[in-house]
Amino acid sequence: MPIWTWFGLRHGAATTAWPRPGGDDGQAGVLGMPRFDPGRCGAGCRDCVEVCPTGALAPSADPRIPVKPDYGRCVVCQLCTEACPTGALTPSAEWAYAVRERDDLRWTQAAASPVGRELRQRLRAFRRSLHIRHVDAGSCNGCESELQALNNPFYNLHRLGIFFTPSPRFADLLLVTGSVTAPLREPLLNTYEAMPEPRLVMATGTCAVSGGVAGGGYNTGRGLEDLLPVDLYLPGCPPNPAAIIEGLLLLLERLPQRSRGGRIER
Amino acid sequence: MHATESRMLGADELAAACARMLSDGGRMQMAWARMRPGMSAPELNYLVSPAPRRPFVVWRVQPDRENVPSLAQQAPLLSWYEREITDLFGLRFDGHPDPLPLVLHAGAQPAHPPLDPRRPEQAMAFTQLPPALPEVSSADVQLLPFGPVRADVVESARFFFFYIGEHILHYHPQLFFKHRGMEKRFEGCEPLRSVVMAERVSGTGSFAHALAYSQAVEAAAGVEVPQRARRLRVLLAELERVYNHLHYLGHLADTTTLKVGQAQGKLLEEHAKQINAQLTGSRFLRSLLVPGGLRRDLSPGPGITRSLGALQRDASAYVRALEGTTSYRDRLHDTGVLDQRTAFDQGATGPVERASGLDRDLRRDHPYAGYDELDLRVPVETAGDAHARARVRTEEINASFEVILQLLPRLATPGPVRTDLTVPPGAEGLGWAESPRGSLYYAVHCGDDGRLGRVKIKSPSFSNWRVFPYTVHESNMMDYAINEASFGLTIAGCDR
Repeated sequence: MPIWTWFGLRHGAATTAWPRPGGDDGQAGVLGMPRFDPGRCGAGCRDCVEVCPTGALAPSADPRIPVKPDYGRCVVCQLCTEACPTGALTPSAEWAYAVRERDDLRWTQAAASPVGRELRQRLRAFRRSLHIRHVDAGSCNGCESELQALNNPFYNLHRLGIFFTPSPRFADLLLVTGSVTAPLREPLLNTYEAMPEPRLVMATGTCAVSGGVAGGGYNTGRGLEDLLPVDLYLPGCPPNPAAIIEGLLLLLERLPQRSRGGRIER
Repeated sequence: MHATESRMLGADELAAACARMLSDGGRMQMAWARMRPGMSAPELNYLVSPAPRRPFVVWRVQPDRENVPSLAQQAPLLSWYEREITDLFGLRFDGHPDPLPLVLHAGAQPAHPPLDPRRPEQAMAFTQLPPALPEVSSADVQLLPFGPVRADVVESARFFFFYIGEHILHYHPQLFFKHRGMEKRFEGCEPLRSVVMAERVSGTGSFAHALAYSQAVEAAAGVEVPQRARRLRVLLAELERVYNHLHYLGHLADTTTLKVGQAQGKLLEEHAKQINAQLTGSRFLRSLLVPGGLRRDLSPGPGITRSLGALQRDASAYVRALEGTTSYRDRLHDTGVLDQRTAFDQGATGPVERASGLDRDLRRDHPYAGYDELDLRVPVETAGDAHARARVRTEEINASFEVILQLLPRLATPGPVRTDLTVPPGAEGLGWAESPRGSLYYAVHCGDDGRLGRVKIKSPSFSNWRVFPYTVHESNMMDYAINEASFGLTIAGCDR
């Protein structure tokens, strides 16, 4: 045992200061959601629509914006950025796509949506601290890998007053991953019912937001769509630990929402 | 099957052929079914390893009726494959010792077999029913159901323990809550764009899945991948092994209540994932592979080399500290012993079988990508306990860094990283990879339109979940978490 005391002392603190200014978010090099510039979109071109595996890029009738990205369906596979002949879709490092309204993940020309007032009132109950019950409703385990990373010494989620709890009775937030398979639908709903009010729900990862690559099959649903009231949508495949932390702090109104109308506000 | 020998067998010849293969030291690798156009019953395929390190052979059986003889009594590892085929294709196996649903739960009511390509895919009706459990007459035996929603951030599954006091009499894991029908998702897709799906079968095995899938399509198309792409594939596959094994050790340290050891393992895993992102844009090494090579070239610069050097030093200091901790070793010794015979018969794979004295590794025995030009050390242990399973993995971390160090200088030579390929109509191919958790196979059958028809995925966790309960029966509750961690299982990979 003493070797571990010595080991810990010798290595010192490993935790990042982020999200305080100047801290390292740990995501250097990570490719995020493709950036969309409708001005460069070629008329009649459907190359991106054809390669997108999840229907995140749908053709639109609007001639000024021939394609409308829905980042709630994006699995960050980057195929569209390779297929796009005009540079309308390009790789980006933008991963902070946690939003309160599902519509904020859909690309719109005029980006603006009012923040839900009702949520703000419910949040008064837990402004500083939060207890999370996670339910895997049929993920590929990529999301779990990143959720487990939240408690590694680099991110050290505890320092922000946010904890995972074993019992739904003590939980404020139901954090759901996966496209919701048939056998997990009832356990998921039972977990939600076991939580005291007020309670929040976070759809984590593209599968939970809209079904992802596995959604809509013989044994899968389309995530939390039409299943539970969602307070925070965080697409990503999987969302990285910093994106999850941003989402949680956004939920607690300790950070502002950065994405609106399908793009990061700059 | 292109590049793999096939042998047609009659249903009545199966049992004799299986007995002969087993007596020659061979082993079944997997079995799957598929519908051939115009046939009323599915064709059965068995992937056979006729003897250690000999090329694989596929046995094909086209039954003319809905029942075929079960081979599960002779080759017990086939039991789960046969049950899966019954669930997904409706084909029944005569004489199966355990003829219960597996991937579909008892309450699933499919209108037709879900993998029958002639019927449209539709959501199944489902009611929650209790699984079939052994009957227990003694009032002293308690039953503990645990899950599917369990404490901590873990994947969903339900475990049943029949126990008296601390002693576990019988352990029954109920898996496949997470069955997403991933094999069906490939049907009708364009082969060159479907790596996206393979990468999402098991997130922490993204690269191995992408690799086995790509190699299966390359085998079907009959193309060779450029040398630089083959070398980069080895680099990325070993990076996947390193971050998975570091995660494994951190988790194992957690179950032995070694908190600093847990923190350090998880921190090194984080460093490894950050290196992955800096090199490839993805912490899970996704969005790089394509049948034919790589989607884009990578150049591991001096920054990456330096980071990998630091990680290697930290990892080796970490495993030395773990091995020097008696409280950690004491909890692993003699815990969850898997004997060699059970490991072989029930189909253990990867570090789990290598810890029980079975010296098998696809990278060395059936080389793919760029492994044939490298010196690869394959650590093997014989004790079969949790300590042996951990030892194999710690040694594999060192062996992976040895491979990476051999590779980096060779990656200085530029070259093409992609070959164009087209998949001929009706082509078939088999691909494999030794993932961090063991053998991973993809069998790909294309349709007459050149699109994907049947895609079968055999993940290492499917094999090792089958084996794991044999080490839990007649053990004790205190050791359960340690034993489970020592197997390093995923549930998404098993359930698909």
